[in-house]
Amino acid sequence: MKLAMLGEAWRAMGANRLRTLLTMLGMVIGVGAVVLMMAIGQGAQYAIAQSINSMGSNLFILLSGSTQAGGVRTGSGGALTLTVNDANAIAELPGVQAVAPIHPGSAQIVYGPNNWNTAVIGSTPAYLDARAWQVVSGAAFTASDVRSATRVALIGQTTAQNLFGDEDPVGKTIRIGQSPFTVLGVLGIKGQGMDGRDQDDTLIIPLTTAQRKVFGTQFPGTVRMVMVQTATQEIMPVVEKSMTELLRQRHRIREGMDNDFSLRNLTAVADSAAESTRVMSLLLGAIASVSLLVGGIGIMNIMLVSVTERTREIGIRMAIGARERDILLQFLLEAIIISVMGCLIGLLLGIVGALLTEILTGTLVIISASAVLVAFGVAATVGIFFGFYPARKAARLDPIEALRYQ
Amino acid sequence: MCLRRSVPSSHPSPGGEEENERLRDFDMTNNPVIRLENLSKSYPTSAGLFPALKNVNLTINTGEFVAIMGPSGSGKSTFMNLLGCLDAPSSGLYELDGREVAKLGRDELALLRNRTIGFVFQGFNLLPRMTLLDNVALPLIYAGVALAQRRQRAHDMLTRVGLGDKANSLPSQISGGQQQRAAIARALVNNPRLLLADEPTGNLDSHTGEEIMALFEALHHDGITIVLVTHENDIAQHAKRQVRFYDGSIISDELTQEVSA
Repeated sequence: MKLAMLGEAWRAMGANRLRTLLTMLGMVIGVGAVVLMMAIGQGAQYAIAQSINSMGSNLFILLSGSTQAGGVRTGSGGALTLTVNDANAIAELPGVQAVAPIHPGSAQIVYGPNNWNTAVIGSTPAYLDARAWQVVSGAAFTASDVRSATRVALIGQTTAQNLFGDEDPVGKTIRIGQSPFTVLGVLGIKGQGMDGRDQDDTLIIPLTTAQRKVFGTQFPGTVRMVMVQTATQEIMPVVEKSMTELLRQRHRIREGMDNDFSLRNLTAVADSAAESTRVMSLLLGAIASVSLLVGGIGIMNIMLVSVTERTREIGIRMAIGARERDILLQFLLEAIIISVMGCLIGLLLGIVGALLTEILTGTLVIISASAVLVAFGVAATVGIFFGFYPARKAARLDPIEALRYQ
Repeated sequence: MCLRRSVPSSHPSPGGEEENERLRDFDMTNNPVIRLENLSKSYPTSAGLFPALKNVNLTINTGEFVAIMGPSGSGKSTFMNLLGCLDAPSSGLYELDGREVAKLGRDELALLRNRTIGFVFQGFNLLPRMTLLDNVALPLIYAGVALAQRRQRAHDMLTRVGLGDKANSLPSQISGGQQQRAAIARALVNNPRLLLADEPTGNLDSHTGEEIMALFEALHHDGITIVLVTHENDIAQHAKRQVRFYDGSIISDELTQEVSA
């Protein structure tokens, strides 16, 4: 009986193909838009999550303060107010897991006939811990390398690719300026960072080597920045406070005076980036849902027209014994078939659209099963919801009125 | 789906309740299928209530072949719609098959229209997009009959009205007479006790009309109770009893003069 009803609904839809297709189109566009938007939104969320993960977790960055000379203020790091001793003191604070003083710069690296300009980071082994950065071949340099300022380097994947091609860099000697450096290890892939730069285009050398032998520094023992990792995200505010107090004390800053350093909570920045991406994808989904709603209203509209058009048929059916629920089911099935078919086509187009977006623009898209299920569920619900009113209108018709209808 | 009629009938019902409809029909030959007492129907119009039927009293027994006659506006179509449970009376009593129709709900009325009554319209009222077979099988869908059985019974019924070879035609592909035959097959497919026909020959030429009437006579011989509305005397002659309406009331109720033995 239900099968017979399904067949009838199918036939009724076939009787007015163009109209059925146009009605379906509303659903197709709605579902397609939802799937596409969710794919793009989730792709963006995933990309952000990736770069946050590559950054490392629970991180603070401490920057040296600015100086003021004759009214001209330099930016953060302009004055080297932070010292390696500051870093060591911070490492003693409760809740602090890793502290890495950093001396960043850039240099021209030469290997054989190849040369490449890259970001050079002078730091300690703690830097790799804080960034959760693996050495995939070879080994990392150690604290003793930092103490004795040896000429060793860890090479990022992009830099290695540009200098060595397919050659294995481990154990090879590169030059920075005139100084030869031994490549100890190759770093794992980090990918694009929060700022959009390629994190693998880098070279990490011991802090002391960077300060004394590559970039030089005016005041020995000072650093431009210090990376601090806490044990958990929960204690970050506590550590922030104790770190500030400690540094103010060490730098003898009086009550009411500004800090001569700045402290950034990288994790909070990352979280807000993730949050804004999440909101963006929600927004995209919401906008797409509106088109789904419009599609649903389109179905209701057409079903109402269809009920009016087929009033006489409904009368005939009632005259030969159709009950209210038979008529209700017939029209409801039609609405559901239209919305489910529209939904399936929409899913297909949405997925194709998402893949095309990825191919054409390079934006990462993620089509998740949950998004597909949600779109499908919503479409079916919309079909039932908007199909119900016209179907009930049909079922409630008075048989004699319906039969007289011309 | 199968709500069987379990309300006790006003007449004694011997033996097993259903299955053998023929036997039951035979036993009930002198029991009324239709009993009307003071049946009235009024329609609201701008000039107040218009009485379409006034205090109609009528009893139709099992196996009868009754023609309802009268000029247009005499209330015979209203009467037919009431008999067919398509419309509800304003007042009075209507007992169909021993049950008081006014007390039935919409679903029970639908069940009556499906199982107890077969309705034949002047305009055939076949569904245009369906083949004859599907049209005839439609009441069986609402009766919850399985597909194979539906097709078998619909085909048997089409064969009985002489359209066995047209089962897969659409209504638009066949003549008016054939369409009316298909409509009669549809009315009969659920083995109703009562066949109601509202001007069944009204849209047909006289020759085709005669053919349809011959079919009605054959059905009458098979024991089906037939009530037929017509304004043509020739058509009414086929019935065994003629009831005349005028101005919403019955003005005469007599047996047809030249009864064919």
